[in-house]
Amino acid sequence: MSNVLLTVAGLGKRFGGFTALNDVDLQVAEGERLGLIGPNGSGKSTLVNCLCGTLRNDMGKVTFGGHALNGMSAHRRTRLGMARSFQLPRPFTTLTLAENIRVPILYAANVKTGGHAVDPRERCDALLDMVGLLPKADLKPADLTQIEMRKLELARAMASDPRLLIADEAMAGLSNQEVDEILALLLKLNGQGVTIIMIEHIMRAVLAFSQRLVVLVAGRKIADGMPQDVIRQPDVVAAYLGS
Amino acid sequence: MRNAYFVLAALAVAVVTFAVARLIDNAYVFFAGYVVLQYIVLATAWNILGGFTGYVNFGTAAFFALGAYTTVVLHKTMPFLPLPAMMLVGGVVSGLIGLGMGYLTLRLRGTFFSIATLAMAVVAQTLITNWNFVGGSRGAYIIRPSDSPIFSGDYIQYLFVVMLALSVISVSLARAIQFSRLGFGFSAIRDDEGAAEASGVPTLKLKLIATALSGGLMGMAGAPLPYYVTYLDPASGFSLSYAVNTIAMPLIGGTATWLGPVIGAILLGTLQQVATVTISSALSLLLVGVLLVTFVIAAPKGIVGWFKK
Amino acid sequence: MDLSFDLLGNALVSGLLLGGFYAAVTIGVSISFGMLDIVNIAHPAFIILGSYTAYIANSVFGFDPILSSIVLLPAFYLLGMAIYHVYDVSFERRGDASIRGLAFFFGVLFITEVTLVLVFGVDYRLVDAPYVGPSLHFGVIDLPLRLLVPFLVSCALIGSLQLFMSYTFLGRAVQAVAQDPMALRLMGANPSKIKRIAFGLSIASCSVAGAILIIIQPVEPSIARDYIGRIFAICVMGGLGSFGGTIIAAVILGVMESLTSTFYGPSWSPAVAFGFLLITLAVRPSGLFGRT
Repeated sequence: MSNVLLTVAGLGKRFGGFTALNDVDLQVAEGERLGLIGPNGSGKSTLVNCLCGTLRNDMGKVTFGGHALNGMSAHRRTRLGMARSFQLPRPFTTLTLAENIRVPILYAANVKTGGHAVDPRERCDALLDMVGLLPKADLKPADLTQIEMRKLELARAMASDPRLLIADEAMAGLSNQEVDEILALLLKLNGQGVTIIMIEHIMRAVLAFSQRLVVLVAGRKIADGMPQDVIRQPDVVAAYLGS
Repeated sequence: MRNAYFVLAALAVAVVTFAVARLIDNAYVFFAGYVVLQYIVLATAWNILGGFTGYVNFGTAAFFALGAYTTVVLHKTMPFLPLPAMMLVGGVVSGLIGLGMGYLTLRLRGTFFSIATLAMAVVAQTLITNWNFVGGSRGAYIIRPSDSPIFSGDYIQYLFVVMLALSVISVSLARAIQFSRLGFGFSAIRDDEGAAEASGVPTLKLKLIATALSGGLMGMAGAPLPYYVTYLDPASGFSLSYAVNTIAMPLIGGTATWLGPVIGAILLGTLQQVATVTISSALSLLLVGVLLVTFVIAAPKGIVGWFKK
Repeated sequence: MDLSFDLLGNALVSGLLLGGFYAAVTIGVSISFGMLDIVNIAHPAFIILGSYTAYIANSVFGFDPILSSIVLLPAFYLLGMAIYHVYDVSFERRGDASIRGLAFFFGVLFITEVTLVLVFGVDYRLVDAPYVGPSLHFGVIDLPLRLLVPFLVSCALIGSLQLFMSYTFLGRAVQAVAQDPMALRLMGANPSKIKRIAFGLSIASCSVAGAILIIIQPVEPSIARDYIGRIFAICVMGGLGSFGGTIIAAVILGVMESLTSTFYGPSWSPAVAFGFLLITLAVRPSGLFGRT
């Protein structure tokens, strides 16, 4: 694999007596589009939280762009270029959309470049324009529809200027057409060079998007390969349809 | 530049305030005005942590009284120090206490921090009560100089000017923060701490900055108190009414902006001065409690909220 | 050495009895803060209110303070339900419970305290009952009835609440409401109603806790504040919402305070609880017995 961006080695996480993640290995290459699937409770969200620093992993190592991440706080990981969108959108409710975007521009993107490389205002407008929310820049998140909220979530994640974007169920609860809209957006971002890990239940979207598919079941990685091959694997089928 | 203009405007307001007070030429105006100004500083300081960052501090009285007792110590050991220098020391002491408190509890849920601030107030009061050097439970007497050291007038006029200056500093600082990068970080923390971290905001560091700034300003506001009251005992220095007032004022004025605490402090501070004289001090405190509860239930955005859509 | 052994023994025993009493004043917060996640810092003010109602029943009508506090339980229960209703409508349903909810209870604390000052003044008040004066003696150990009776009443109060929590549908619903309101809704129970009942119970406990407080020590309105730290220290140390943990933490604190007061003087004892609370929060916020 050329130009590995993210390496996960032997990752483990326990909650009391419950093993949420067990010896997970994973590599993601620069510019790749990776799909991550698994039934509810399979450990997808725990994996995302361990990658992003919201949770501390008990075992194993995460390396990102040559930096060992163990013990690093979430905001420093964001500054290194790892961004996430939350499963349930978590906008800053008292700030306007423009201000929502401004926070990661001020605290992540401009920290990386060492100050005033980008004009926050221009960058903010560009990001809102990209997701089609520029006309609503001065509204509060409470005024948005479901899909607009998802778009805001993605725009805010992109505002930190990430090398890797982890999109955690960015399409749950959206209509078919809306799913296509978000899908197009993610493909466009990838076209600009952003590596993307997509966590998703909507199979149509995952298959349309992913170059490679990873399956988690009960905290273990049971498959990793070309999407068309992976979904035919007997244990994957069993995990999804029940054996 | 916007900040510079604001400071100039605030200074102009301060000069006019002092000029009007001199024209009225009644010592009571300065005594009452001092209290209102002190509450402008306390409410603004509280709001930097409580309103901007979303962490409720019940321990205003502790930060305030530690500033006051720092002055008592300095007055006994280094009486030659000018008052502004004592205020600076008081601010540093309270700011450091705020930093220490924050470091211990800010990694926890917000409610734990609030409970810890209440606890801290009682610990500090117990320590002072048992410290004989500053008078212990008997209290300490401070002789107020008769004349202002920098202009011709009574010393109370000097205290008034000092507090006026501190108000200008606090309000300008709060306003500058509100529109700065720091202010965006504080708002992000208040709205969703996890999302703020994910956006690159170093939440612990910012919360510590807010706690230290807020505590430091409260300490500075408390530092001139011994000269104002001339007799300071732990029960009055650590009075719960400071905590109630400093919470009530921003919540009644509106917590989202720098303006809310100022409006709340002027209204509630003046109202209490009047009510204390005309009715009784206990009733005026009851009034504050009732207004606080009424506003948090019926007007969650405060008075400032009435004028925005 | 003999003298200090006597002192130590007596300090330990009175600390133990004091601990039982602390458990009773904390049990209401174990319900409201521990189980419902409502930071009712006005709780101690309601305990003082309980002290004053017991005081009126005793000094004006000559009733036994403990019996009258039991008769008054329904009134405190209704008061609790009413307060929860206001809290629920104003804050929980708006999803705005944190800052404004805290400020609300702080305001209620202050209003209750100032009202008591206006009505009763700042003088210390006492009750009169056959068990206030005498002591039992076992060798060098004194057992003042003024501490022993409250201890037994505390045990009865906590015991009956524990039975209610473990053996009734409502009690188990209360324990479930904090963890999984969704599941509760699926079972056909209304979380809001369950919480109202639980909060009512929490305030009802203040009637009895207040009565035994005024048996143990004279009461004036502002001592509510001394109890804020004790109560929350015990509740947090006990692992939030666990009755067993609450009792153990209360006894530890009672003994610590009693020892401090015996060997260093009573003016230091308020700091013990708060010091304990700060240390607990800093070192082990999940409590001595809580899961991490």
